[in-house]
Amino acid sequence: MRTASHFASAALVSAAVALAALTFGAAPSAVADDKPDPVADAKAFKNFFTQKFPKVKLEDFVNGPYSMSEDMHRQWEEKEQFPPYEFSLDIGKEMFSKPFKNGKSYADCFPNQGIGIRQNYPYFDDKEGKVVTLELALNHCREANGEPPFSYVKDEMAALTAYMAFTSRGKPFDIKIPDDPRALEAYQNGKRYFYTRRGQLNFSCATCHVQSPGGRIRAEVLAPALGILNAMPIYRSEWSGMGTISRRFTTCNTQIRGVPLDPQADEYRDLEYYLSYVSNGLPISGPGARP
Amino acid sequence: MRASILSLSSVLLIAGATSVLAAGSEADFKAAYAAAEAANKQAGLLRNQWTVTAAALAAAKKAADSGDFDKAVASSKEAEALAKASIFQATSEKEAWKALEIR
Repeated sequence: MRTASHFASAALVSAAVALAALTFGAAPSAVADDKPDPVADAKAFKNFFTQKFPKVKLEDFVNGPYSMSEDMHRQWEEKEQFPPYEFSLDIGKEMFSKPFKNGKSYADCFPNQGIGIRQNYPYFDDKEGKVVTLELALNHCREANGEPPFSYVKDEMAALTAYMAFTSRGKPFDIKIPDDPRALEAYQNGKRYFYTRRGQLNFSCATCHVQSPGGRIRAEVLAPALGILNAMPIYRSEWSGMGTISRRFTTCNTQIRGVPLDPQADEYRDLEYYLSYVSNGLPISGPGARP
Repeated sequence: MRASILSLSSVLLIAGATSVLAAGSEADFKAAYAAAEAANKQAGLLRNQWTVTAAALAAAKKAADSGDFDKAVASSKEAEALAKASIFQATSEKEAWKALEIR
C-alpha cells in the first residue's frame, strides 16, 4: 500500500525534476534587449509564425487549431455550418439591446453604440493608468448604471462579448500603445507574463502556443499564439459551453498546476494587451468554436 | 549551473526522505504546517502559487483533524517543498523568461 509519505516523496522528486528542466530549459542562448519595442516585437511575432507555417495564410491564424492542417480546416468549415456558439450570440444580442433599470443601455457606454468596436479592445486608459479590456469595460458600464457586475468566466459575459465580437468580424485588430511610459510598461508586463514559466508543470503560455502549435497535448491540437484572441469568446467542446478570455487564461493556469489569479487581475489585462497588440492587422473572427 | 541544480535536487530528495522518517506529534505538525504556510504565502507574494501546494496543505490539515499526525507532518513537509520550488521558479524566471522570447 502506498503511504502519504510515498506520495510526498514522489511529489518532491517530480518537483526536483521539474526544477532541473526549468533550469536547463532556461539556459539563455542570448540575452534580450530590455528596452521594449512593440513594433519590432509584432513584426518578429508574425515572421516567426508565418515562417513556421508557410502554408497558412496570415489571416487564417485566427482559426487557431483549425488553421494547423487541412483536415482540421475542413472540420472548422463543417462546424461553421451549424456553429455551436450561435445560441450564445442570440442571447448576447438580446442582452445588449435590453435597457438597464435606469433606461440606459450598453450602447450608451461605448463609442459607436458598441457596434463594430471589438478590434479596439483592450486599450490603455490614461486616467486609470491601466489596461481596460472589453470584459472589464462591460462590467464598468453595468456598475455605472446601477447593475451588478457579471462573472468574468460565465455565460452572460461570454454572450455579451460574443455579440460585440460578431459585429466586428473581419475588422483587423487595431490595438494602440500610446506615448505613455505606463502603457509601455503594461505591454512589457504582458509580454513577460506570456513567456514566464509557472505552475508545477513549469509551462509558460509560450511553451504551448509558440514552441508547440500544431502539436498535440493529449487529444488537443495546440493553437498558435498569433491571432489566438481574435476568435474570443469561444465555444469549447471540452467545456460544453462558451468561454471568455478570462476563462481561457485562468483555466490555462490551472491546467499547468498554477493557482490562477483573479479574472481581470492586472497581469491578465496586460497579457491580453500584449497578445492583442502582436496580432494587430489580423481580423476579428469571434465568436469562435474550438475542440 | 549543473552543480546548483544537483544540489537543489538533493535538498528536495533529502526533504522527501526526511518526510518518510518523520514521526509526528501535534506540535511537530503545527511547526511543519506553519513553515509550509509561510513558504506558500511568500509564493503568493510572487504571484506564483501552485495548486499542488494548496492540495498538500489541505491534506495536512485533514490528516491532523483526524489525529494522524505522521501523515499531517509528511503532507506539511511536502507542501513546504512544493512552495519552495514555486518560489525558486518565480525567482529564476525573473530573467529566464527572456530566453524564450521571439526576437
